[in-house]
Amino acid sequence: MTTWNLGPVDRIALGEGRAYRAGEHEVAVFRTRTGGLFATQARCPHKQGPLADGIVGAHQVICPLHAYTFDLHTGCPKNGTCEALRTYEVEVNSAGDVLLHL
Amino acid sequence: MKRKLVVIGNGMAGARLVEEILLRGGGERFEIVMFGDEPYGNYNRILLSNVLAGAHDPKDIFINPLRWYEDNHVKLHAGVRVASVDRAARLVHGDNGVVESYDDLVFAMGSSAFVPRMDGIEKNGVFVFRTLDDCDSIIKYTEGRKTAAVIGGGLLGLEAARGLMERGMKVHVVHLMNHLMEVQLDRMAGSILRSTLVRMGLQVHLEKATCEITGNGSVTGLRFKDGGTLDCDMVVISAGIRPNTQLAKEAGLTVARGIVVGDDLATPDDPNVFAIGECSEHDGKTYGLVAPLWDQARVLAERLSARRPQATYHGSKIATKLKVMGVDLAVMGDRESSGPDDEEVTYAEAKRGVYKKVIVRDGRIVGAILLGDPAAAPGLVQAFDRGVEVPDNRAELLFQLDAGAANTTRIEDLPDDTQICNCNGVSKGDILDAVKKGCRSLKVLCDTTRAGMGCGTCKKQVETLLEFGAGDSKVEDPSVHYYVPGVPLPKPDLVEEIRARGLKSVSAVFRELADGKEDPGSKPGLASLLKTLWGKDYVDERDARFINDRVHANIQRDATFSVIPRIYGGVTTADQLRAIADAADKYDAKMVKITGGQRIDLLGIKKEDLPNVWRDLGMPSGHAYSKAFRTCKTCVGSEFCRYGVGHSTELGIKIEERFQGIESPHKMKLATAGCPRNCSEATTKDIGAVAIEGGLWEIYVGGAAGSRVRKGDILCTVGSQEEVLLYTGRFMQYYRENGKYLERTYDFIERVGIDKVRAVVVDDAEGIAERLDAAMQASVDAYVDPWKETPHETQFSESLEPQGQLVQLRTARAVGER
Repeated sequence: MTTWNLGPVDRIALGEGRAYRAGEHEVAVFRTRTGGLFATQARCPHKQGPLADGIVGAHQVICPLHAYTFDLHTGCPKNGTCEALRTYEVEVNSAGDVLLHL
Repeated sequence: MKRKLVVIGNGMAGARLVEEILLRGGGERFEIVMFGDEPYGNYNRILLSNVLAGAHDPKDIFINPLRWYEDNHVKLHAGVRVASVDRAARLVHGDNGVVESYDDLVFAMGSSAFVPRMDGIEKNGVFVFRTLDDCDSIIKYTEGRKTAAVIGGGLLGLEAARGLMERGMKVHVVHLMNHLMEVQLDRMAGSILRSTLVRMGLQVHLEKATCEITGNGSVTGLRFKDGGTLDCDMVVISAGIRPNTQLAKEAGLTVARGIVVGDDLATPDDPNVFAIGECSEHDGKTYGLVAPLWDQARVLAERLSARRPQATYHGSKIATKLKVMGVDLAVMGDRESSGPDDEEVTYAEAKRGVYKKVIVRDGRIVGAILLGDPAAAPGLVQAFDRGVEVPDNRAELLFQLDAGAANTTRIEDLPDDTQICNCNGVSKGDILDAVKKGCRSLKVLCDTTRAGMGCGTCKKQVETLLEFGAGDSKVEDPSVHYYVPGVPLPKPDLVEEIRARGLKSVSAVFRELADGKEDPGSKPGLASLLKTLWGKDYVDERDARFINDRVHANIQRDATFSVIPRIYGGVTTADQLRAIADAADKYDAKMVKITGGQRIDLLGIKKEDLPNVWRDLGMPSGHAYSKAFRTCKTCVGSEFCRYGVGHSTELGIKIEERFQGIESPHKMKLATAGCPRNCSEATTKDIGAVAIEGGLWEIYVGGAAGSRVRKGDILCTVGSQEEVLLYTGRFMQYYRENGKYLERTYDFIERVGIDKVRAVVVDDAEGIAERLDAAMQASVDAYVDPWKETPHETQFSESLEPQGQLVQLRTARAVGER
């Protein structure tokens, strides 16, 4: 398990996602308005849409390309027939930095 | 503490009510208990005739099998008849000794077969046709027998007759009245239907009252009041229905023909006791068709689930499409005209079994019968439901065909591998499979299969397949009436609440109007509405925007973006072209393309380069990415063209300068043409202005040339460019305030009706013209070029770099749990 410090949580606008490149990994990190923090693979399994550009809410993300929707807790698709997203453990440390565990 | 809801009756109305309550989250509010006197789950009674005919297996007609009750934590007492209701103690007693208390009680007991007085009904071989068990007994009795008589020539009687004919019986229908289906049909339709059915081999006996069923222990025939007789081996009595009201009567509730309820569907005797379905009577009417049951279940579910506690029921406009022995029939509203002011339009073609009649009152349809011609039904039902004004040429109503429907195969008859959704490649088989697996609302079906989720043109066909696959067990997702699915209010109510409570941000709307539940799919629609309502006072939360509106560019399939600067009226300069060419080189645009809206598109721009491209171009945003005013296409007009009678380029530039970036329910593409040759295609734009001789402009609205093609309607003809700007703005504002989210102007016009739009926008029939103009002016004044705003620091980052890699003991606070 590798832990990455992704820097201040404020780099992710409230209610949005941002993509990070951590070594070989592309990861999308989402910061929900209810204070949740989630990390998934960066690209939608359907047509590689950039999930960090999606709309977030109720711990779900909607891919901007074709509106495939995923549960951020589990990575499972909410509609359509699509593989689930890989999810990663992510947290905020006491300094307000985002820690990602790969 | 949950309230306890007891529903007496587990048929189509009772189970549907519970389903609608659960759809609205009522499971959190109620402990739900049901009594059903049949030992099954809920099945589709309408399909019993198919079971009788051998076309359906009994297990295929279940809407809610017993498992469904378990899965949804609904306690069902199946096979338990309710013996009494003690209203003082609020208890329901089952005939097996079970007792349930209630806070709210619903009677949904349906009706029973009406058996006219005659001798000999106790004989073997006499049946009513109401339940699955009746159906089973009839089927068993047909074995080895040849001739059946059905007493009753109404809808149910004819359905029973069809089932018996399919089983190879010779069938006689004996009917008291002088034509078949007198409840739904006029005499002419009844007689044409009779000829059609007789051609199919049915024997029809009209004006016959049966006084005795003859035979020694078992049926051998019928005797009529006029002395005539008829030989038969079995009898099915299907002479109408009677609401089941005895239990309610004994419980001291007001009963007339049915259990009397008000607009709140509650009994006048007790505000916590309700009745719906065939056992109830509202406004002096009892219903025997399924559509009113659905309406009542929906209203009562809205009330009980507290989604809309004030929802009321005002009777049902009955429009029903059915098949009588395979003959297509649609009936709606009144059967006969009710006075000299009503106009009847009829068309009859007995040989083909076709009959059509429409009754028009005050320019609207108040009733119609359509026999043997299914193609015209959808349009007619829609016109009746919405109460739209009928065309002056009434024939258009009777022969209204869906574009091309006349010479295309009906969707039901297409092979299973036919592709229905051409955007997402979904076949008819895929859709029907999903219906079989339990997708019974259009929304869930589209979500699951992705059919209809592209351009949306196939939605009607998907709905037809849903009706075909699910029949009357189709449900309507309540959210179809909401402005956005996540906030349970139709647009006018939502607007009222937003204004009354001063909700200026998307999160405030979720907090106040959706129990604090965010719904990501509803965010862009709410953002658009709030911006329209509040203008510069709108509290902008960028997470509510779709990515295009966060970065003011259109996302492409490879996650790059397209940049389209605004080129007013399609008129550019050498300097602008040079700036565009330089930017294309510098930022490595993958393609430079002339768009359909007379602009230039730089494609394949990286997200992080966007702000620099805008800066280098020095041109304003063309809004080619948002649900807003897009562009105004122009022709050269009178400035250069030898045919031009109006200065269309100048007008187009003025339109674009004034309305650039104005948000609306959906995109708005405009055009101006300098003469009726219409080179800029102004008649197929959301709004178009066409110059005609005499210094005049025709303003067209609701045109389309995309997934649909529609010629716009003339809104008005005006004498100056200023008036074009005025009416264009006023129409836009009316559409902004009343259009549903993602409803294009051409759908809006068809929903509201051009006459209404004209009355409001041109004649100021509602006295709101001045307010609409002022609201539009405020939006124009509040406009800021989005390419000049300051975004969040990392908004344009393709991907962020971590600050480092660490190996450490984890002591941090976990936020998002897995």
